[in-house]
Amino acid sequence: MDIDTQTATTIRRPIMSAKNVDVFYGNKQAIDGVNLDIPENQITAFIGPSGCGKSTFLRCFNRMNDTISVCKVTGEISFAGQDIYDSKIDVVALRARIGMVFQKANPFPKSIFDNVAYGPRIHDLAENKDHLEYIVVTSLKRAGLFDEVSDRLHESGTGLSGGQQQRLCIARAIAVDPQIILMDEPCSALDPIATAVVENLMEQMREKYTIVIVTHSMAQAARISQKTAFFHLGKLVEFGATEKIFTNPEDPRTQNYISGKIG
Amino acid sequence: MNTQHIVSSFNDDLNRMESLLLEMGGLVEQQLLEATHALRKEDRVRAKKVLKGDKRINKLEAELNEEAIKILALRQPVAADLRNVVMTLKMASHLERIGDYTKNMARRTNTITKAEAFTGSIGTLVRMSELVQSMIKSALDAYNRRDTEAAQDIRSADEGVDQMHNTLFRELLTYMMEDVRNISGCMHLLFIAKNIERMGDHVADIAQEIIFLVTGEWPEGKRPKGDETSKIIIEPDDIKNEQA
Repeated sequence: MDIDTQTATTIRRPIMSAKNVDVFYGNKQAIDGVNLDIPENQITAFIGPSGCGKSTFLRCFNRMNDTISVCKVTGEISFAGQDIYDSKIDVVALRARIGMVFQKANPFPKSIFDNVAYGPRIHDLAENKDHLEYIVVTSLKRAGLFDEVSDRLHESGTGLSGGQQQRLCIARAIAVDPQIILMDEPCSALDPIATAVVENLMEQMREKYTIVIVTHSMAQAARISQKTAFFHLGKLVEFGATEKIFTNPEDPRTQNYISGKIG
Repeated sequence: MNTQHIVSSFNDDLNRMESLLLEMGGLVEQQLLEATHALRKEDRVRAKKVLKGDKRINKLEAELNEEAIKILALRQPVAADLRNVVMTLKMASHLERIGDYTKNMARRTNTITKAEAFTGSIGTLVRMSELVQSMIKSALDAYNRRDTEAAQDIRSADEGVDQMHNTLFRELLTYMMEDVRNISGCMHLLFIAKNIERMGDHVADIAQEIIFLVTGEWPEGKRPKGDETSKIIIEPDDIKNEQA
């Protein structure tokens, strides 16, 4: 990466910061020397072709890659100034601070209420029953779902529509009061209207949370993010203001990818 | 563009839009050539041909607008493609205006020829028009080749058009002050000069848009401008002095 691009990836007050991050699956290198700062209270989108490493890199942010035995992460990733790969870090607590929403909505086979209450219960966040209810209701409201489910909180979460299930998963992530929410293609299984609802929600959530989203939809990245990072073959090719990436990208590889050209 | 879209019909759409602009530009160039011939030869038949020819330019512009809007709606172009579509739309509207000025030039040529009015300074007008014609031709080539250097040269060339306009303004004012019978013809000639001067501005804008299309940046600094006509005053004494 040249010096100019490095300067462009440095943000004045990043909430997360990756320095020289390499990720290996066994002998295969999936991420190669990535430096990237995530700005607070903004939506940062990771784009790139399948297999470029964007999801792998996203999963480094809350150590989800720890669950894969052959996966090795080197370099430094810091959250609020602290190295998250430090041996003293409590990974469960870390994942409460940095939540995650996946491509396929995966509610627990429990009631809507219990899905959202699950995190606060295991992290012991609620002082009493009323407080727990307050957390559940607030989280459902913040996820834009409460009005649709208020009369059936004790029905199963799996009975909701795809878009509602995804918002339920967002409410579940919010319930443990995270600072960052990682989203791995959260709308790829949703129809355009449900997608618009989730996108609108993300826009509102930005005030309180920092969002990092992996998306295959260029249009989605352009619509919702303030910063866009383009990955290719495990490398960060370009990172900058979304407006700049989609109007006048610096790197011809970015240009080719976003406009659907053969590079 | 060397790289091609994976969806080849997207390339076809862009090529169609670009071809429409080049066709429009070619027609505009031809119209100006004809209008200039008509002026030089005081040829009303040719002038009338130019009047009719403008419809074809307008029709092409409408087709281009439709194609560009279709691309924006259906392909959602980004980056260089987006700049290409938006700038081509703007260039088409400049070309359409140049077409209108050419039509006005032909209409005035028809009027002064029919009235056998005063037709001095034709030589300078023709030279001015030839310079603009060459600018249009270069602009179309620069667009086709994505050539920013050529575009920069076109921006600079417009200063020459402005200077000829200044000269004509003085000449025609002088003719009018010398003999009131010249006024009618001179007024029309002055408007023709103004039309050609405006055409030059539009071509300079097209050149600027080519630079933005290619680089994503507007050219830095103002382009050289030489139109001084808004400041020119000629007193009767000036003419007497010149004659003495």
